[in-house]
Amino acid sequence: MNHLPLIIKREYLTKVRNKSFVVMTILSPVIFIALIAVVAYITQLNNDKVHTISVLDESGVVADVFKGSEKTKYEILENMSLEDAKNITRTSENYGLLHIQKSDHFEDLSNTINFYSEESPSLRVVSDLENKIAKQLTDLKLIQEGIDVDLINNSKIKIDIVQESFEGEKTSKTDSILKLAFGGMAGYLLFMFIIIYGNMIMRSVIEEKTSRIIEIIISSVKPVQLMLGKIIGTSLAGITQFVIWLIIGGVLMALVSVLFGIDPGQLQNSQQEVLQQTLEQPELNVQVQNIMTSFFNLPIINLIVAFVLYFLGGYLLYSSLYAAIGAAVDNETDTQQFILPILMPLILAVYVGIFTVIEDPHGTVSVVFSFIPFTSPVVMLMRIPFGVPLWQQIVALLLLIATFMFTVWFAAKIYRVGILMYGKKPSYKELIKWIKY
Amino acid sequence: MSNLLEVQSVSKNFGTFKALNNVSITVPRGSIFGLLGPNGAGKTTLIRIINQITMPDSGTVRLDGEELCKDHIKDIGYLPEERGLYKSMKVGEQAMYLAQLKGLGKSEAKARLKYWFERLEIGDWWNKKIQELSKGMAQKVQFVVTVLHQPKLLIFDEPFSGFDPINANLIKDEILRIRDIGATVIFSTHRMESVEELCDDIALINKSNKILEGRLLDIKRQYKINTFEVGIETENKEKLHGLLSERFEVSPANFKTLNDELKLNIKIQNGDTPNTLFHYLSNHGEVSHFVELIPSVNDIFIQTVMNN
Repeated sequence: MNHLPLIIKREYLTKVRNKSFVVMTILSPVIFIALIAVVAYITQLNNDKVHTISVLDESGVVADVFKGSEKTKYEILENMSLEDAKNITRTSENYGLLHIQKSDHFEDLSNTINFYSEESPSLRVVSDLENKIAKQLTDLKLIQEGIDVDLINNSKIKIDIVQESFEGEKTSKTDSILKLAFGGMAGYLLFMFIIIYGNMIMRSVIEEKTSRIIEIIISSVKPVQLMLGKIIGTSLAGITQFVIWLIIGGVLMALVSVLFGIDPGQLQNSQQEVLQQTLEQPELNVQVQNIMTSFFNLPIINLIVAFVLYFLGGYLLYSSLYAAIGAAVDNETDTQQFILPILMPLILAVYVGIFTVIEDPHGTVSVVFSFIPFTSPVVMLMRIPFGVPLWQQIVALLLLIATFMFTVWFAAKIYRVGILMYGKKPSYKELIKWIKY
Repeated sequence: MSNLLEVQSVSKNFGTFKALNNVSITVPRGSIFGLLGPNGAGKTTLIRIINQITMPDSGTVRLDGEELCKDHIKDIGYLPEERGLYKSMKVGEQAMYLAQLKGLGKSEAKARLKYWFERLEIGDWWNKKIQELSKGMAQKVQFVVTVLHQPKLLIFDEPFSGFDPINANLIKDEILRIRDIGATVIFSTHRMESVEELCDDIALINKSNKILEGRLLDIKRQYKINTFEVGIETENKEKLHGLLSERFEVSPANFKTLNDELKLNIKIQNGDTPNTLFHYLSNHGEVSHFVELIPSVNDIFIQTVMNN
């Protein structure tokens, strides 16, 4: 009698019908998007505010660079004392007053410029002003030295190094960024999945123990079957939840963008902006084209196959351990001691992935960690977009499968004994003893 | 084959702890077999081995002449002492699930469940969740699930705990009825009066060893102490007491009567029969009370375990 499908079905249906699961599935993306929308809205509100800055230029050489833009307007004050200018600025509730002292030589100006304001000005405003003035003064200096500014501007040459491997595979910066994004996403997804649904499996094992149904079940089903059924059923529920999240999230994101005209891209943090800027240098359609070619340059089939295999292997490896923990203890508070050693390699994998793989995807550290079974799913998934030799992928996968089979065996041993043990929280020593029963 | 279950020299160790030491029991077909023993004696371990939940270190278990294997799961129904159900699952769904795990088809499981639910008058509960039921109500559901697949062997561990007297009686009658239609029952309990009432055979396990096994009546005969509780109306109680003490082994007895009689426990020996005693007594007064003291299961239990 093979009960596996029956168990999987029950686990899946119980999970999916559970009220908190349903609520979480529907609400999470809504809350997430709402949060993004609120943040975006507030940022926009901030950006939409128009600053007016008063400028008192006694030197007379800089004032004409202050042309108003959408977000910043300039009010040029002339022929008045600094005190008057300050008063005017304050009464007209302008953002601040830029004061440039009188000077015969504009070279001397650099240290004599002040900005007065009610509150300390934002960094962006100050650096914007500094840039403007510096450029103007540099140009003036160049002209004074008899150099044609236009000539300099026209002589600038942009470089985009084309990287090519000895086999003739071309890569570019766009490629690298795309690869990072792909690998990072895959690794991170696995990490989240293990934590969320591993815990869910553990809780469901504990539930069976505390409700004392386990002995009834175990008299009709082999413990290993029950454990695998639980893992698979919960994973399917997890995949369902993920897909629903993606769909709801996508639809809502589109809706929000259309309704409020918010570009989610605005929210990218500064680091990403830097990347963005490097991307933005070429013309827009060239950029899109670049991304497309980069995308098709990725080893897509390899990526998909590897993603499925490593994801499954890594997930099963960890979730069987979670199931064993659930079997070993009576209640959730006792799980902490055992969860930590499981989380450590997982967190390590993510850190190695983020810091080392980005630095050097084929460096020693990256390679070693992409072979160690407990870290390989995450690290290897991050490395693969950069091109990993097939033999490495296969060896790592075989190692992963071997370890996975071992942990399932190990977990099943603990599970078999643990589910019938009540009372005292077992020590590691006792766990090892259980394996010999 | 007259025996349904034969456990032969089964031993089981947990680490250094010996849970079962060379235990053999034989359960006759169609009987109710009482598995008795103090707490921690190894009963649950033995039951788990019969259910293939744990594997014995040595020894064999034969069901219906065949060594235990996976196929026997459907031949055994087990109601563990530590029992529970999925709290947030509906009664009907849960019963269906457990029935299917025992190998019943969907439609058959449904038909049988309907029959049993009506029989035990719990038909309205089908769509209720377990957490909405009381403990006794959940026990009823559990009982149904245990017997639903009509196993040859039923193992009940403290089946009456949690039931009120009415429902306990109901369940008892169901157990007897199931026995009468051919099933064999292993019955583990600490309630000796239900052993007295239900069991045909018993086995007693103490400290991992079986110390007693057989037909309940035979065991009682074996533990017979040839002692009679008597009451005699006589004019001179002390004189009679003295006379009896010379002839038999006597000790004071205590029971309720209407008159003021001499009450004694008298043990007969040396080829005397109950009739000898009765004639002797009737010559000295009016016998108003004459009962053989039969050892109760409770007495046997305590006596054997203490001596062991």
